[in-house]
Formats: sequence, C-alpha cells, structure tokens
Amino acid sequence: MSEILVLVEQAEGEVKKVTLELLTLARSLGTPAAVWAGPGLTPEAKARLAEYGAEKIYVAPSSDVVDYVVAPKAELLAQLVTAKSAAAVLVAATAEGKEVAGRLAVKTDSGVITDAVGVGDGFVADQSIFGGGVNVHSRVRKGTPIIAVRPNSTAPVAAAGAGTEEEVSVTLSDAAKAARVVERVKQEKGARPELTEAAIVVSGGRGVGSAENFSVIEGLADALGAAVGASRAATDAGWYPHQFQVGQTGKTVSPQLYIAAGISGAIQHRAGMQTAKTIVAINKDPEAPIFELADYGVVGDLHQVVPQLTEEINKRK
Amino acid sequence: MNIVVCVKQVPDTATERKLRSDDNTLDRDAVDGVVNELDEYAVEEALKLKEAHGGEVTVLTMGPGKATETIRKALAMGADKAVHLSDDALHGSDALSTSYAMAQVLKKIGFDLVILGSESTDARTGVLPAMLAERLGTPQLTLANKVEVEGASITVQRLADYGYDKVEATLPAVVSVVEKINEPRYPSFKGIMAAKKKPVETLAIGDASIDAAQVGLAAAWSEVVDFAPAPPRAAGTIVKDEGDGGVNAADFLASKKFI
Ligand SMILES: Cc1cc2nc3c(=O)[nH]c(=O)nc-3n(C[C@H](O)[C@H](O)[C@H](O)COP(=O)(O)OP(=O)(O)OC[C@H]3O[C@@H](n4cnc5c(N)ncnc54)[C@H](O)[C@@H]3O)c2cc1C
Ligand SMILES: Cc1cc2nc3c(=O)[nH]c(=O)nc-3n(C[C@H](O)[C@H](O)[C@H](O)COP(=O)(O)OP(=O)(O)OC[C@H]3O[C@@H](n4cnc5c(N)ncnc54)[C@H](O)[C@@H]3O)c2cc1C
Repeated sequence: MSEILVLVEQAEGEVKKVTLELLTLARSLGTPAAVWAGPGLTPEAKARLAEYGAEKIYVAPSSDVVDYVVAPKAELLAQLVTAKSAAAVLVAATAEGKEVAGRLAVKTDSGVITDAVGVGDGFVADQSIFGGGVNVHSRVRKGTPIIAVRPNSTAPVAAAGAGTEEEVSVTLSDAAKAARVVERVKQEKGARPELTEAAIVVSGGRGVGSAENFSVIEGLADALGAAVGASRAATDAGWYPHQFQVGQTGKTVSPQLYIAAGISGAIQHRAGMQTAKTIVAINKDPEAPIFELADYGVVGDLHQVVPQLTEEINKRK
Repeated sequence: MNIVVCVKQVPDTATERKLRSDDNTLDRDAVDGVVNELDEYAVEEALKLKEAHGGEVTVLTMGPGKATETIRKALAMGADKAVHLSDDALHGSDALSTSYAMAQVLKKIGFDLVILGSESTDARTGVLPAMLAERLGTPQLTLANKVEVEGASITVQRLADYGYDKVEATLPAVVSVVEKINEPRYPSFKGIMAAKKKPVETLAIGDASIDAAQVGLAAAWSEVVDFAPAPPRAAGTIVKDEGDGGVNAADFLASKKFI
C-alpha cells in the first residue's frame, strides 16, 4: 500500500496528540509514514510514533528546517512526496499546519483541503463549514491529496508499526530561507492540556471580571482535567494571554465538552467552538446567544455557579 | 514604500450562508457582502506603515462586480487606489487558482509589501498568504501581531502556540496580520467622499496574463462532492440558578459521564 505522510507536531520533543490522531486516520488510508521536521527526535518520541502505527519515520534533523518560517517544512514534504510516491499528506489543521499545506500544494501542483473532520475512501474529506451549519464532502482531484485535519476529529488508537527510521537530507532553496526566526519567545504554558487538543475546555469571558477572577475558571478546569480558554474580550483586557483565545481569530477547538462562563456567544467566538460535542453555558443574561448553542445552560452569576460546580465535581470524584 | 493590501468581500457572518445547489459554490448573491473583518486590520497596518515611511497603498480584490463596495470601504479608510480583478472565468476558483490569479496581478502591478488578513470568515482556509509567498518567491511573514520596517529590512512577531517568534526578512515580502495588531480606523465622512474619486482599475484575466485554464470551477484542484445542512442541534435545557445551579450543572455533566 502507498505511504500516507503525516507531518509530526511536537512540543519540546513530545509528540502531540493530534499526530497520534493523524496516524490512526492514516492507517485506514494506507501505510502511515511520520515525518519529523528538524532536530530533537528522541527514542521516546520514536517509540510513540511506532506505537500508533508509523511504519516509517522520516527525519530531517537539520536545524535549518525549523529556523525559517514554514517554507522548509513544505520543501521537505514535497521532496518526500516525490521520492516515496506518497498517496496523500496529512497535516494538523493548525494555523501553521495549514500554511505548510498551502505551500506544499503549490509546490506539488496538488489540491488542498483544509479543516477536514474526517477522511474516507478515495480521500474524500468531511468538512464542517459556516460555523458548523453545513456538512460538505470534498475531494482533491489533481496531484497528491493534501489534507489538513482538525485536532480532535479522530480518537487515537494504538496499533504498532515498524517505526523504521530513515534520515532525509533536505536541500533547501534560497527562497525557503528568506524569513528567519531570530528569537522564540515562550510564554507561560502551565500543566494543563493544550487548548486545541483538550477533551474538555473551560472558557471565561468578560463576565469573569478581572485577571484574578480567572482563578475561578482555572479551578473548574483543573477539577475536570480541562484546558482553559478565553473570549477576545478577556484576552484584549489582558486578563488571560492571547494564545488562549478561542474563536475566529483565536484557536478553533472541538472538544467533547466546552463550558462557556460569562461569554455572550458572539459569532466570532462561536466560529471557534461551535463543533464541540457538548456545550454548557453559564451566563447571567437569559437572552445571551450562547444559550442557543448550549446543551445545558445555567442562567446565573458565574461567581456563584462555577465555584459550586467545581466543589460538586471534586466531591463526586 | 509600495504596499498592496488584499481585501476580500465575504458574506456577512450574521446572515445565513448557503452553498448553491447548481455548482456547490458559495451563494454570494443571496447575502450581503462585507469586508472580511481581518482585512480591515490589514488595511490599517498598511496605512500606518505608509504614514511612517511614505509611499502608496493599493487595494487588491478578486471578486464579482459587487465587490466594489468592499473596495470603496478600504479606500474610504485611506488607501490611495485599487485594483479589482473581476472576471466570470474566476467563478468557483479554489485556493490554488485564487493564489495563482492574485500572484499574476501582483507581479504585474509590483510591490514592496503585500499585506493580507490571516483568514477569511467564509472559507477560512488560511492558506492564501503562504501560497502567495510561495508563488512570488518572497519571504513569508505571516500571523503577525507586530510589524516593523526599517529601510529594506522587516521584522514581525509571528504568533505561535507557545508565544511568538521574532522573524526577520528583507523586502519585498508577504505579511498576514492577526487582529491583535491594531485597531482599524473608521472611515471619516471626508474619507468616504474622497473614496468616490479615487482610481479603481478593473482587470479581466487577460489583462494580468492569467491563463483561463488555471482558474475557475473547471480548473479547480479540489471539488465539493456534495453537501447537506448539518442536523440542527437539539434544543438544550436551560435552568435558572436558584442557589443550586452548580449542583444542577454537575448532575448534567454526570449524566453525560464527564464526571
Ligand atoms: C475581527 C474580529 C475578530 C474577532 N475574533 C474573536 C475571537 O477569536 N474570539 C472571540 O471570543 N471574540 C472575537 N471577536 C470579538 C467578538 O465579537 C466579541 O466581542 C467577544 O467574543 C465578546 O467576548 P465576551 O463574550 O467575553 O464579552 P461580552 O460580549 O461582553 O459578553 C459578556 C457576557 O458575560 C455575561 N456576564 C457578565 N457578568 C456575568 C456574571 N457575573 N456571571 C455570568 N455571566 C456574566 C454577560 O451577560 C455577557 O453575556 C472578534 C471580533 C472581531 C471584530
Ligand atoms: C466554505 C468554503 C470552504 C472552502 N474550502 C476550500 C478548501 O478546502 N480548499 C481550497 O482549495 N479551496 C477552498 N475553498 C475555496 C476558497 O474560498 C477560495 O479559494 C478563496 O478565494 C481563498 O480562500 P480563503 O478565502 O479561505 O482565503 P484565506 O487564506 O482564509 O484568506 C486570507 C487572506 O487572503 C486574502 N484574500 C483571500 N481571498 C481574497 C480575494 N478573493 N481577494 C482579495 N484578497 C483575498 C485576504 O486578505 C484574506 O484575509 C473553500 C470555499 C468555501 C466557501
């Protein structure tokens, strides 16, 4: 069977959950081959990729691959698409993943599908568009299908693959080295699961009232093992860092459970969370649009309801 | 500095958006068109750079005739002139075709800096800025929440999961912006009046050496096979907090096995 290339997403050497999801998906489409772009492949990471079905692990250890913006990853993948006659390429539908997909599509003269929530026979992709209002089947019809898949679309299931490592030396063009990363500024991350990957997300909005009060949201998140998110009103006010913003211009999340506290449910916020499986809203305004989406809603003051909910969860554990 | 800012007309997100049943493309006639929100931030950034460094701001739009409304808005904010790529042959173009067509126009009109929004509200692919950088062979400085130009060198802060990357390059370059970058100005009355007199050049595909075989629905690299409205969400249960709202919510979460 032909190889399905999966671009590995990692943070400080640790393979992200979305990559395990993509490997699981790739197994249903062909032979999964993981692509590790850059230095830092550890034995643990290698084992993890193999555990989820990677038959091959292509590694391009040159630091050039990560020291320039996006283009080197696209060149690496383009080189592998040709060398291995890959049947398709799967990347995570993160902002950067989609950019890699875009450049790769141009390079290989292939079609690209973004924000797929599933991929089936013949590489027909499921897309959920217009804020979840319409379900689409779409398909690449020229070149090698390049598909950016949303995190949390497939449940990761282990099934061992050979995990044979193969080093790739990539020859980067000058154009690929035109935008150089001169500094990486890491902001606090904390111990919570990553926002786009978390099974549960608890978000706070303007109703939270202050940066200090976000501890109420964090308390609930920790009781549920959840990630913390925020509306733009909250990130703009400086109550919570911008990388936790959920919405059209923040992260798109599709967790099993999304809890929105003190968030009105503006269209731009909904664009980032509407595909959550279950939605719970806590808002003091019974007319807040977020209630139109909610599977369960509590009309009330979040400063009363959220701590009570947290306490109740901790009691029942 | 010669800045081109790409502005897309999109359906108002507050209205119901549909696909056409005849060819599975977005029904742009059925809804009001507005400026893609993030593109207002792109225009604002272009105007700020012009104010600081001099030069000219050109708006570039690819879209049907009614996209002129969008162009007028950008001109009213303060852009100097516009290029409107409009041709029936472009209908149904996917991201590959769109980036090809726009790159052809950019090569024709020339630029030091191209600024885009990082994502549209209708298709939301977020691939166009990267594709343009690839096609133009210029540095990709995307997802920027800060842009600084000094002579021929340009530095941006590129948003990342963990914070941001500081990225450097030399002009010409392609930049995309996120909404943290600035606060777009409202067009003044004077600006709105002045916009009516600003030059708008309309191009058909032949005017920009765009190959008809590379654009439009028939040429698309990807296609919509079929579509259906998502089943409506079942109406939820909404309760009023009578002192036990948290307990009620916990009961609900337990019924769904989250606790
Ligand atoms: C280009 C652009 C991009 C945008 N991108 C995003 C995005 O990515 N993400 C995003 O979230 N927004 C985005 N927005 C902003 C969006 O339009 C809204 O302004 C924002 O989502 C509002 O945040 P909020 O719901 O927290 O605040 P508000 O709309 O002010 O709502 C606060 C809610 O809290 C409730 N409340 C107040 N006090 C309490 C209390 N004590 N207990 C319970 N409830 C309480 C109120 O009833 C109200 O419903 C964008 C806007 C633009 C123009
Ligand atoms: C619901 C939906 C899903 C789609 N999915 C796909 C897909 O998976 N693959 C695919 O190849 N095509 C897809 N398309 C087609 C795609 O919309 C068009 O190719 C589009 O022109 C470019 O994509 P975008 O709007 O997502 O651009 P984005 O990359 O999201 O836009 C970024 C920026 O590019 C600029 N820009 C984009 N379009 C224009 C324009 N016409 N004129 C001026 N500036 C512009 C703006 O500055 C904008 O902020 C889809 C269309 C729809 C309606």
